[in-house]
Amino acid sequence: MSLEISRRDLIKGVGGLSAASVLGLTSATGLDAAQAASSKQAVRFANWSLYLDYDNKAKNYPTLVDFTKKTGIPVKYMEVIDDNDTFTAKVTPQLRLKKDIGYDIVVLTEWMASRWINGGYVTKFDDAKIPNKKNVLPFLLNRPLDPGRHYSLPWAGVIAGFAWNTKHTPKGIHTMEQLFAPANKGKIEVLSEMRDTMGLILMWQGVDITKPFSQDKFMNAIDYLQKMIHDGFIRQVKGQSYQEDLISGDAVAVIGWSGDINQLNAQNSNQFGFAIPDSGGTFTTDNMMIPAQSPNKVSAEAVINYYYDPVVAARVANYINYICPVSGAQEAMAKINPAQVHNKLIFPDDAMWKKLHVFHPLSQAEQISFSTAFQKASGNA
Amino acid sequence: MSTALLHATAHEKKPLITKKKLLPYWLLAPGIIWLVIFFLVPIYQLISTSTQTQGFGIGTYVQTYRFSNFIDAITSSKAQLIRSFEYAFLATVFALIISYPLAYAVAFKSGRWKNTLLVLIVAPFFCSFLLRTVAWEQILGEQGLVIKFLRFVHIIGAQGHLTATPFAVVAGLTYNFLPFMTLPLYASLERIDIRMMEASGDLYANALTTFRKVTIPLSMPGVVAGTLLTFIPAAGDYINAELLGNPGTKMIGNVIEARYLEIVDYPGAAALSLILMVTILILVMAYVKRAGTEELV
Repeated sequence: MSLEISRRDLIKGVGGLSAASVLGLTSATGLDAAQAASSKQAVRFANWSLYLDYDNKAKNYPTLVDFTKKTGIPVKYMEVIDDNDTFTAKVTPQLRLKKDIGYDIVVLTEWMASRWINGGYVTKFDDAKIPNKKNVLPFLLNRPLDPGRHYSLPWAGVIAGFAWNTKHTPKGIHTMEQLFAPANKGKIEVLSEMRDTMGLILMWQGVDITKPFSQDKFMNAIDYLQKMIHDGFIRQVKGQSYQEDLISGDAVAVIGWSGDINQLNAQNSNQFGFAIPDSGGTFTTDNMMIPAQSPNKVSAEAVINYYYDPVVAARVANYINYICPVSGAQEAMAKINPAQVHNKLIFPDDAMWKKLHVFHPLSQAEQISFSTAFQKASGNA
Repeated sequence: MSTALLHATAHEKKPLITKKKLLPYWLLAPGIIWLVIFFLVPIYQLISTSTQTQGFGIGTYVQTYRFSNFIDAITSSKAQLIRSFEYAFLATVFALIISYPLAYAVAFKSGRWKNTLLVLIVAPFFCSFLLRTVAWEQILGEQGLVIKFLRFVHIIGAQGHLTATPFAVVAGLTYNFLPFMTLPLYASLERIDIRMMEASGDLYANALTTFRKVTIPLSMPGVVAGTLLTFIPAAGDYINAELLGNPGTKMIGNVIEARYLEIVDYPGAAALSLILMVTILILVMAYVKRAGTEELV
């Protein structure tokens, strides 16, 4: 599959240049034929790794297998997204040229999803085809990125907080001071996702991240991050690969994502702890969207609708361990895995929700200056 | 005979001659088309992007011929630019120190093991560059033997670490580009006529003098080629700094990547890419002018 995509990307990338005709291999006929094919065309679903229930023995995704059995619509599931920015940068040329990007469903974090919606890169849902939308948790239906949810629906909720190696830190980490304790020096990693790392530091410094705040406050938090990097406390600023460093012992304390730690524990005899900082954790959602030029919109809507069935949602949540956006899933979970019914990282209670905060939407100017400052502190600019 | 031939050709029909004259260009065509599509067009785009400024919406830029983009890029990323050349220089020196004896041994002392040794030198290429660097993360990491040994002999304390250090980055660069140094060195050493060294001995030069006055000068084309092949890609590398380094060891490649993918500052990324290309070009030209290229190919 990857070969097919890269070839298609290549051809499209060159397509903008008149030089493509020189090559004489514009496979336009192949693409047209694919688009004209019936609704039995496979839905191409792009998602993050470890983000859908997977059967290790059968080597398939059980909920997807059931979907195809029920509807006859095949789904091609691809774990191709590992960073909002990188994935978007890769498909932007096709989006701008209004070409099919090779995916019918993409899953992106709120702030990036908002950029896609504002750019006109996604298609409006036909609500009649997604009756299960009524099952989405009400407060997730009216997010600033897409009021009323006409272009996006939440796949899962993500919490950023502290994670640690329980052998190294038996007492756990609940405050920024405990994260940057001398014993952890040189073995601390923070997320390259700016809103998570900076959000936690800002909240610890007493800033309300849910409302606009001054540039000075952001720069104060950057100064703190910079100092921790300069003084050798922070080993690296990285994405999901912090997991490997936790396993190998190269990192003992991190700012990480809730579901990752749950999954790591399942494979590493509960060696890791996760907590939402006392000063507050960040919450955001990853969202399913249909790219504007998708030739399989109707089938894609069927897939999206399927995942808002409470039983299906509970099966997925049981595996991925991230916040489940579907009401009724907690009750359904009782039959699937009773141990997970009261897992607050999947079904947060009110006390938990009070500790979670959403980074307010940034203006374009803020996005550029904050992101530049964050990259500069990380040594990248 | 030759005059007769000339005579004959002069009488040939004219179109044939033009056809013959055009033939080399036809043979060059695939290469030229390739260069135009994959070198000239991208370079043109790079140059034109480098002077653009922010338009409406993230990732949209308009051409304003703002040449101070270059000054901004240099001022904000001076540290990483200098660091890239430092690390590339160190990696090249270390690769030369390791490769010269290796290539010398393979060329002159390996006997029937020569082919096996050559295969071993090339063997790392059978595995992806990225995977080999990830492997270094483990070799130098907490579960590797190196750190355990160094802690055992008290060179490194319990808190100390090898990964996420400048040492790891330079070591990774040296390792990854080592074959590019060894192979040209081997090729030029192997070509040396062994009788030259014997002649030097006959003229009462000892082994060291022979090595200094005969072997090294004759192997210079290999040294020049090897250092270029190591230095150029090492200066632009970002994988080693990304995987083996820390925020304080980032190289210019990391800056370009972040500007392109994370900050979505295409002009900044393009300006830095051009600065890197031009700097390398100037350094290489100065170096080649000094070292000479007569026998480089």
